[in-house]
Amino acid sequence: MGRKGLDYEDLNENVKKVQYAVRGELYLRASELQKEGKRIIFTNVGNPHALGQKPLTFPRQVVALCQAPFLLDDPNVGLIFPADAIARAKHYLAMAPGGLGAYSDSRGIPGVRKEVAEFIQRRDGYPSDPELIYLTDGASKGVMQMLNAIIRNDRDGILVPVPQYPLYSAAISLFGGSLVPYYLDEEANWGLDLVNTRQSVAAARSNGITVRAMVIINPGNPTGQCLSEANLREILNFCYQENLVLLADEVYQQNVYQDERPFISARKVLFDMGGPISREVQLISFHTVSKGYWGECGQRGGYFEMTNIPPKTVDEIYKVASIALSPNVPGQIFMGLMMNPPKPGDISYLKFATESKSILDSLRRRAQIMTDGFNSCRNVVCNFTEGAMYSFPQIRLPQRAMDTARSAGKEPDVFYCLKLLEATGISTVPGSGFGQKEGVFHLRTTILPAEEDMPAIMSSFKKFNDSFMEQYQDYSKL
Amino acid sequence: MASTVAVENLNPKVLKCEYAVRGEIVIHAQRLQQQLQTQPGSLPFDEILYCNIGNPQSLGQQPVTFFREVLALCDHPYLLQRDEIKSLFSADSISRAKQILALIPGKATGAYSHSQGIKGLRDTIAAGITSRDGFPANADDIFLTDGASPGVHLMMQLLIRNEKDGILVPIPQYPLYSASIALHGGALVPYYLNESTGWGLEISDVKKQLEDARSKGIDVRALVVINPGNPTGQVLAEENQYDIVKFCKNEGLVLLADEVYQENIYVDNKKFHSFKKIVRSLGYGEEDLPLVSYQSVSKGYYGECGKRGGYMEITGFSAPVREQIYKIASVNLCSNISGQILASLIMNPPKAGDESYASYKAEKDGIIASLTRRAKSLEDAFNKLDGITCNEAEGAMYLFPQLSLPQKAIEAAKVANKAPDAFYALCLLESTGIVVVPGSGFGQVPGTWHFRCTILPQEEKIPAIISRFKVFHEAFMVEYHE
Repeated sequence: MGRKGLDYEDLNENVKKVQYAVRGELYLRASELQKEGKRIIFTNVGNPHALGQKPLTFPRQVVALCQAPFLLDDPNVGLIFPADAIARAKHYLAMAPGGLGAYSDSRGIPGVRKEVAEFIQRRDGYPSDPELIYLTDGASKGVMQMLNAIIRNDRDGILVPVPQYPLYSAAISLFGGSLVPYYLDEEANWGLDLVNTRQSVAAARSNGITVRAMVIINPGNPTGQCLSEANLREILNFCYQENLVLLADEVYQQNVYQDERPFISARKVLFDMGGPISREVQLISFHTVSKGYWGECGQRGGYFEMTNIPPKTVDEIYKVASIALSPNVPGQIFMGLMMNPPKPGDISYLKFATESKSILDSLRRRAQIMTDGFNSCRNVVCNFTEGAMYSFPQIRLPQRAMDTARSAGKEPDVFYCLKLLEATGISTVPGSGFGQKEGVFHLRTTILPAEEDMPAIMSSFKKFNDSFMEQYQDYSKL
Repeated sequence: MASTVAVENLNPKVLKCEYAVRGEIVIHAQRLQQQLQTQPGSLPFDEILYCNIGNPQSLGQQPVTFFREVLALCDHPYLLQRDEIKSLFSADSISRAKQILALIPGKATGAYSHSQGIKGLRDTIAAGITSRDGFPANADDIFLTDGASPGVHLMMQLLIRNEKDGILVPIPQYPLYSASIALHGGALVPYYLNESTGWGLEISDVKKQLEDARSKGIDVRALVVINPGNPTGQVLAEENQYDIVKFCKNEGLVLLADEVYQENIYVDNKKFHSFKKIVRSLGYGEEDLPLVSYQSVSKGYYGECGKRGGYMEITGFSAPVREQIYKIASVNLCSNISGQILASLIMNPPKAGDESYASYKAEKDGIIASLTRRAKSLEDAFNKLDGITCNEAEGAMYLFPQLSLPQKAIEAAKVANKAPDAFYALCLLESTGIVVVPGSGFGQVPGTWHFRCTILPQEEKIPAIISRFKVFHEAFMVEYHE
């Protein structure tokens, strides 16, 4: 056939279409600058431990003991590990014949899935079936598996919030489906706008798209908003009427920084609604050990729970999971520990509770510091981070800035973020990586830099921003 | 409300793919295992013996102590501040853990790493590859993945544009390949290994299959080689490897080299040679042949399946293609850190002079020697039975005996709506509790029947397995005697 090697032209087109800005252009430029010796503050990804957050002690003790079970036989083990960590390690090793080094059940260790089900039951007040809970190497793998199962061709559409975490757009591109956007309302603190959502669905259908599923990210990423119970009811009713599977990304459920709208799971609301809806709306719920106050991104621990999914479909999903053999066992144990943490009265409880509270309280403070900091900047308007780990300020770029950007071949927000990076070392992700209304620009940063570093970071940002706005002020002012 | 995710409207590629290693027989075995728990004595055996999957530690193989010491210290670095650990951990495991943690930004093992994996660990792996092959390897060519399998899926995703893109795959094969090709909507182009020559690979046969596929309008993109073979266990002769490499270069194919069993070699007259080494020894450089080499922590003598650690080394790809590979890897952010650390440990184990070397070497040699003995015992046992012939397992973890099934058995299978070897495997399970995977799960020359059995049950259980198998097989052959 005369081909030499593998050329770019010969690659799967879907692969070429994929974009994932979180580790795209800005991140690559930041890494280059870091190699050249510049101090970079990476706020491009929700990666708490990379910015100094310490792991919780108890889970690390338990997993270390599971990793090296010979320690449990040593008479001195009690000198460096508390008794409850030792007991818990034995509990997980008993559940995992072959220990950490054996492939588990492809759905994950049954005993851990039972702990997940028990957590869900305590959280929501409704029983959960461990057989319908699948552990995965991070929540992202579960999202990919579900979207791959749903998307048949480019006429299958998935409703995705805009702005969204670009795993969804990337996965839809990769699997050759259609992304059907529904715009969140920035003026209403990134609230759900069901009118807009209905319009999107109607428009997609008139273009021959079969809308199959709706993604909600609650709390939102990058936007941070927490859905109210009324919102969730609206959404569930909508999915029922429109015959959509609801994909509920709830990975930030522990990250809530206001008290008006605590986290409520989509599943709880579904069952509260009762009647035919509660038996018919198909729901997949996702969770992870990467976020919350655990922040154990590097472990790759996650799960999805299936509600009202037909048994034959579950079999197909099992089949696909079995090809990957099993999720990593240490990550599964982290999930078990998160679902079943130390309780009052346990030896490690006090330390665990103190560590956890300290992280959550600090995140809440940082959410406020950052929101206020952005709002004090010229031409910047920032909604409050109600939840998750990000701030998503709107940057009102003057026309001259936009023109300069475009003549440099760059999207205006990319241009702004590159300048910000070069001036301050702050590495963000331009709003275009998440989707935004035409002509409205944002950037996403995390609220994760250490609290003591925050004032310096915000003042560095303000200095850059205000001088950028000065430099590119509108023609009319000249 | 009509179900939006009923089987009728799922992705047809998902519906089409199959994976027998954890398929029907295994699901049935799990049901029987539950039955044994709830109704002891209700079956003609007391335990299910899983010989279906290369999962050594689930059957009692012990992990390598040094590796687990290092991993435990990396999981809970606070331990490194305690004096007491000197009596619990070897000194070299302590220093290795410190060295590894120093390679991780902020020593944060809970943080997402670079999407290719932690740079310092890739340096270690590259050095290990260089030392193994005698040709340099580059950290930038390495992508650490959650086991080798995600790396296989990534390449299939990249290569397969539509159903006219074909991938040459050995038959029999490890069914990850057929499943992945089906999931990505491509065409599997089979090339048959020759059972009568110890599962040999004939380049002329491969060429014939390639040309045949092309004549049908298939654009053949890549050649998969599994060396040592799974399920077949053969170790390729070096000459064969040269032929394969030259063939790929001449035909413009990407070479996908699954080398996860590189440390499972049981015969003295064969050695593992990596395809990277072969490619470089032929004088081929970056411009000449795209090659992806896969390695995993799941096999070898370490058998750390549950950790999901592995890597692919990509060479001979242009920069734009490499960027696409990086981009797809980045969507998943990174592989699990503990698995990354373990991948670096297997490629840089204790050396002579290290404190842990003697015990490490004893553990390693003990495991390999035991695998060698078990491979031989099972092979001999199968060959002694009428109606079974079994090639030697030169490497990997499996035996793949051929069954000469009487016509009556084949008919009974048809009535039961099963492939004959699946029928045999089901009967075997129900009489003995032994779980194997039917050959039809791996592919075989049409009209031939096989099953794959691992060599992993504990050595002391092997005689009982052999005798139970013999009783079953002889009774089966009598029952279905012509």
